[in-house]
Amino acid sequence: MTTTTLGTAAPVAVAAPTPRRRRRGLAPGKRLPAARLAGPLLLLVLWAAASAAGRLDPGAIPAPWTVLGTGARLWTDGTLPTDVLTSLERAAYGFAIGLTAGVVLALASGLSRTGEALIDGTVQLNRAIPVLGLIPLFILWLGIGETFKIAIIAIVVYIPIYLNTHAALSGIDHRFVELAEVQGLSRLQFVRQIVIPGALPGFFVGLRLGVTGSWLGLVVLEQINATSGLGYMMFQAQNYGQSDVILVGLLIYGVFGLVSDSAVRLIERRVLSWRRTLSN
Amino acid sequence: MAPHTEQLTRPAVRLRGLTRSFDGRTVLDGVDLDIPAGQFVALLGHSGSGKSTLLRAVAGLDHEVAGSGELTAPERVSVVFQDSRLLPWRRVLDNVLLGLDGKQAERQGREALAEVGLAGRERAWPNELSGGEAQRAALARSLVREPELLLADEPFGALDALTRIRMHTLLRELWERHRPSVLLVTHDVDEAIVLADRVLVLDHGRIGLDLTIDRPHPRSYRDPRLGEYRERLLAALGVTEDHQ
Ligand SMILES: Nc1ncnc2c1ncn2[C@@H]1O[C@H](COP(=O)(O)OP(=O)(O)OP(=O)(O)O)[C@@H](O)[C@H]1O
Ligand SMILES: [Mg+2]
Repeated sequence: MTTTTLGTAAPVAVAAPTPRRRRRGLAPGKRLPAARLAGPLLLLVLWAAASAAGRLDPGAIPAPWTVLGTGARLWTDGTLPTDVLTSLERAAYGFAIGLTAGVVLALASGLSRTGEALIDGTVQLNRAIPVLGLIPLFILWLGIGETFKIAIIAIVVYIPIYLNTHAALSGIDHRFVELAEVQGLSRLQFVRQIVIPGALPGFFVGLRLGVTGSWLGLVVLEQINATSGLGYMMFQAQNYGQSDVILVGLLIYGVFGLVSDSAVRLIERRVLSWRRTLSN
Repeated sequence: MAPHTEQLTRPAVRLRGLTRSFDGRTVLDGVDLDIPAGQFVALLGHSGSGKSTLLRAVAGLDHEVAGSGELTAPERVSVVFQDSRLLPWRRVLDNVLLGLDGKQAERQGREALAEVGLAGRERAWPNELSGGEAQRAALARSLVREPELLLADEPFGALDALTRIRMHTLLRELWERHRPSVLLVTHDVDEAIVLADRVLVLDHGRIGLDLTIDRPHPRSYRDPRLGEYRERLLAALGVTEDHQ
């Protein structure tokens, strides 16, 4: 692009003291406005266009407006709100328990050697067993009701939160430990002012994985063993060949996932505001 | 609050037969050293000669290091590291106040920041500071506790030459105002001569040379009368003039 063709072109351009051009930046540059939405919107337009042109089998992929209509119908007749609420409740309980367990265990094993000896190996073992493989055992123990579903979701959630928080807690920079000693911090001050704030970035990585995990667990559980909830609604729709109902369910799952992830990101940005100066 | 009069007469730092070794390799081999209260001492030595080891021993930071000997150091000791070691998640003022609390402390923290020329930057995040500013904040953090002994391990090692010279002036001013004993580890002979009233050379695990620099402050790098001290120190470090 900027090769100066010495032989052929005007030598004047070369001789003139041209102002120094700025180097081309290697960063991808400024974000386009609403860039995140551009891809999905394009997909939606293609979908609508193909449906309108009659290029899609309405039995397999119904038109967007059909899906919207079905969603509105299910909502007004009261079945959808109940299902959504049931699903949300499961996910919320499971997530809350998993979050608490993950944080408490990580603190206990990250801050004390006894705790680490007791907890860390056990969690690593738990991690090695695919959680969904525990479903039959949990049904035997807890019955097929809500408790077992919440328990499974809690396990899916606590593992990434534990692992990331524990790694962050035990990976505390040795230089900061020295600083705390020099400044005469008590053990409690050291934990509260250095260890925990230093571990927050790791905790948030775990939190985001945990949120994703809770939805994943929810979908699987509701489609295997449930008599209510979004997954159950979709499972029923499969039996009756109602692809529009399935799409309504998927759409709502998608919205759940998006909203919860954005919420976590927002909290993360608030709490870790000191990192903003680096990341943008 | 007032220290015992007996303590005032005793040296601030007293080392007798201080020995430290790593995996059987002796780094400090019976160091004897007295630092009177309020003296500004610089410690020179080759890389790996054990300067940091000595400083960490005086700071009480060498829990797991094998060694013996007698060591007395004051109650209030502050350390300045080569890196500023500011906690990135605390604002500058909160970094200065690390380990202290109360309104009184906050006022002192602001004063300390003003003293190092960082008034107005209290609410900044550490990663918004330049290297020199961060090191000044670290100095403020060490001063706010009114230390009896200030230990510094190559505190200006990561700074550019101009900032270094400014920091020398600042450190000397701060010392004149607060009068702590100072033990400054450095590999820079000129830095030692310009700043300190006494320069030690650590060699083979002992104090090989103990030189009192008897020139008024502020000193200039170009002061020809410092040349003689420089030569003696370089000789003790095994560097001959024509290597320069
Ligand atoms: N934690 C440690 N474990 C093992 N060896 C160590 C440790 N700390 C220091 N040493 C060794 O002790 C010797 C002295 O180290 P020290 O850091 O005190 O040197 P120094 O004089 O500060 O050097 P420099 O000018 O490069 O900072 C070195 O040979 C080093 O390898
Ligand atoms: Mg060193």
